[in-house]
Amino acid sequence: MNNNLVDVFSSFDGKEEELIPILQKVQNALGFLSDDSMEEIARFARVPMSKVFGVATFYAQFRFTPKGEKHIMLCRGTACHVKGAPRIQEEIENHLGIKEGETSKDLKHSMENVACIGACSLAPCILVNETVEANLTPQKVEKLFSSKGKNK
Amino acid sequence: MVNININGKKFAVNIDQTILEAAIENNIYIPALCHHPDLIPSGNCRMCMVEIEGRRGQIIACKTPVEEGMIVRTESQDISLIRQTTLELIHVNHTQDCTNCSQNSSCQLQEVTAYVGVDEERLSRLRRTKQKIGKDDSNPFFTLDHDKCIMCGICVRTCDEVQGVNALDYGYRGFDTIISTFSNRTIKESVCESCGECVVRCPVGALTFKETRKPTTEVKTVCTYCGVGCNMYLGVRGNEIVSARGDRDSIVNKGRLCVKGRFGFEFVNHDERLKVPLIKKNGTFVESTWEEAFSIIVEKFSSLESKQFASLTSAKVTNEDNYVIQKFARAVMGTNNIDHCARLCHAPTVAGLVQSLGSGAMTNSIDEFTDSQTIFSIGSNTTAAHPIIGLHFKEAKRKGAKIIVANPKEIDLCRFADVFMQQYPGTDVVLLMGMMKVILDENLQDEEFIKARTEGYDEFVDSLVDFDLETTEKITGVPKEKIIEAARIYATNKPSSLVYAMGITQHSHGTDNVLATSNLAMLTGNIGKESAGINPLRGQNNVQGACDMGGLPDVYPGYQKVDKPWVKEKFEEHWETKLDPKAGLTHTEIFDEIEKGNIKALYQVGENPILSEADSNHVKRALDNLDFFVVQDIFMTESSRYADIVLPAASFAEKDGTFTNTERRVQRVRKAVTSPGDAKCDWWIASEIARRMGAKGFDYNSPSDIMNEINKVAPIYGGITFERIENEGLQWPCPTTDHPGTKFLHSEKFTRPNGLGKLFPLTYKASVELPDSEYPLLLTTDRSLYHYHTSTMTRRVKGLEILDGEELLKVNSEDAQQMNIKNGEYVTVRSRRGDVKVKVLITHIVPKGVASLTFHFHETPTNELTICALDPVAKIPETKVCSIKVEKM
Repeated sequence: MNNNLVDVFSSFDGKEEELIPILQKVQNALGFLSDDSMEEIARFARVPMSKVFGVATFYAQFRFTPKGEKHIMLCRGTACHVKGAPRIQEEIENHLGIKEGETSKDLKHSMENVACIGACSLAPCILVNETVEANLTPQKVEKLFSSKGKNK
Repeated sequence: MVNININGKKFAVNIDQTILEAAIENNIYIPALCHHPDLIPSGNCRMCMVEIEGRRGQIIACKTPVEEGMIVRTESQDISLIRQTTLELIHVNHTQDCTNCSQNSSCQLQEVTAYVGVDEERLSRLRRTKQKIGKDDSNPFFTLDHDKCIMCGICVRTCDEVQGVNALDYGYRGFDTIISTFSNRTIKESVCESCGECVVRCPVGALTFKETRKPTTEVKTVCTYCGVGCNMYLGVRGNEIVSARGDRDSIVNKGRLCVKGRFGFEFVNHDERLKVPLIKKNGTFVESTWEEAFSIIVEKFSSLESKQFASLTSAKVTNEDNYVIQKFARAVMGTNNIDHCARLCHAPTVAGLVQSLGSGAMTNSIDEFTDSQTIFSIGSNTTAAHPIIGLHFKEAKRKGAKIIVANPKEIDLCRFADVFMQQYPGTDVVLLMGMMKVILDENLQDEEFIKARTEGYDEFVDSLVDFDLETTEKITGVPKEKIIEAARIYATNKPSSLVYAMGITQHSHGTDNVLATSNLAMLTGNIGKESAGINPLRGQNNVQGACDMGGLPDVYPGYQKVDKPWVKEKFEEHWETKLDPKAGLTHTEIFDEIEKGNIKALYQVGENPILSEADSNHVKRALDNLDFFVVQDIFMTESSRYADIVLPAASFAEKDGTFTNTERRVQRVRKAVTSPGDAKCDWWIASEIARRMGAKGFDYNSPSDIMNEINKVAPIYGGITFERIENEGLQWPCPTTDHPGTKFLHSEKFTRPNGLGKLFPLTYKASVELPDSEYPLLLTTDRSLYHYHTSTMTRRVKGLEILDGEELLKVNSEDAQQMNIKNGEYVTVRSRRGDVKVKVLITHIVPKGVASLTFHFHETPTNELTICALDPVAKIPETKVCSIKVEKM
């Protein structure tokens, strides 16, 4: 078993009611929930595998693919939406070759939509890891994510 | 009882019922989509809304218990509107192709819609909210069409509450919610065991059978696979079996079937069935006639001395077949050289439990497991080898029972275990004696029971000295704490039922293992009571019956010893002939004597020793050495290729008779279809040979004639007639026609001559061949859920072959790393007796140092590796332990 999992499990008793905290800790340790880790969690917490998967997919906080080095959170809140977030999303997807919710094969980028990052005055905007990229236009996106761009 | 009022009518109903259950019982229709009588109500379809006087709004009937004086209305304008709206929201996401759907006319959505009605105009304004997903067609036996799913959750709850497999659950959220396997894999790649129970219960066309068709008629019979003896209805169209369903009224399986029982009948109509007698001429089989075959057989058999003949009867065929075949060997051929494959599975049970208790069978009934407080399963992979009994364990667990599993492998049942002891293969005596030492040290034994019902206690206690916890832990590899915990639970959380199978018997000290189990049961008073006892799970559908019928070299029908003069005289009188006063040779000894040339002719019915016997190269040499070899079977097998004459037999679906299941229940088998070609019933073939050899007493017209004779000669079957078992089987002992049968054995006294049970002092005997530097791995054997014995039948079922088509050598990841082998790699497995090439599966199921194979696959004959080291009493070979090495190819 993965040592990270051994570490996480050591602070639990292996009971069904611990399932969600275990999933959270495992995701913290691994960055995401792999099939293997969920199988081990099922064995440890004595919960059926299908139930672990059911619980994990119910909550938006859990992810099943690793995050990229640069994790893009694209704001799809009302202000951003009105100011052209769909177009921005399309541009990013085109440049990176991934869809929303996916991670690039080289594990450099991943992207997910979020409801609002609380920076409506800067709409449309995205978060790249901790950094806000504000007032985006297709040109700015190209700068950020095309092969010549600073984020590539 | 409480009084309630539904729609103005008064009813007295059970207090533990819900409103819905009370309504159904009194023929009041309340629409429901997620209700199933086998399942805990979930209340998620919202169809069964009712109004209760004095309560606000609408209430779901399926989750509301009845109360005294409750006044219920099942119809009102509000209720109608809510039901209609809910139904419309279901319809908008449900593929509407009713006429092309196999559930058409039995669909509950149709039924509910017909009752509730939908508003076409409202419906036309609704937009589909869920994405179309399509079908999961991966399973060979059924299809999951997500677009017809109405999210009632019956499949999820069935897989949980009925099967305990939990292959399915709800996945994702909101409109995206689907019925999903782990990681949304296909059904085939999930942990699904393909039992089909969810398909049976699906109210709509979301889960549908693929091959199964609607039958013209149905015939009630007993499943041909394992010893559980599930009752089922075979559906017939023309002369073909097209469906199978469990009999919900049966106390044995209560309607449930496993994957083999429900889908494993394709072999009956298989092209490769033997249809005419085959005679080997110049090394090849030539199609022939019964006349020619019989004339050769009669000539050859008549020329033999008694001691030159042996017969292997079959645990697959009916009691009536077995009775006639053993009678043929004894009365016509004059020899007790008759045995069958029980020798290779439960001979130590018969030998051991007869010594300690007086009779070698399950002491309790299958249905009693659900009321046991503790179930101790040792050396039994119950959910794979006896799936329906596995369901009883899971039910017991849900009702609060503790489950103890002792097994060298982390089998599926461990998911339900309170204590799992992973002992090193072959150390069961030590483990059990270690537990008994704990019980005595902590004073948990049942003194009263020991005093009143047993003998040999002092000698037994003396022998426990060697089994202190340190020694036990060291030899078995099971941590002390677990041994203590298991011992305490078993001894105090009564009634405790001990269950075992091949893991106990297939050892060179198998009889000792069996005696250890009976010691433990008697020491704690866990025997001779309802839901408490020792329960050896018999493997084959009629292995119990084949033993009962005297398909053994030392006993006549009903376990009457051949070496007792008065018994012999009785049978000589009934059969009007002289009989052999000595016990005959056992299965394994027969092959030794054939190889030595002492036995010249073998008459073998429904067996395949080349795959089933340990050290099968020895068997091949023996079969080569036979002068005359007659095989009677439904298919050509690896063994029948060595025959001189192959006779085509009828399968279970083509004959009448009885099977006796593992709980001693004699049940009716019924003819559903006619045999292909010229295939005949086994009893008819054996009788015909006997008659043609001039023997008297073989003029049977039907299986019930034979049962009448069995009634007369075998006291334990004395009162079991076809008439009495028409609807439900009877459990032996049943000596007279007014006897109700025996649910559990040894209630007042044990069946040993003095009525006392005997405790045996035991010592640890190591397995004969343990790993060493040259052969460093221990090989043990197991079974697959999807195959049966040597797979003559199951590998002729396409779907089973798709689900499990190849042998896999199970090894631990540490061993794999050390040997530098990868998952899926082909390796050569070598023992001192042979080698096989096989694919590797790396798994945590087996511990370090142990590898495991099944023996289902003729391409990889596992028994070429195993050792024929025999238990001195029971003569069973040690197929559970030998040493191997694994070589890269």
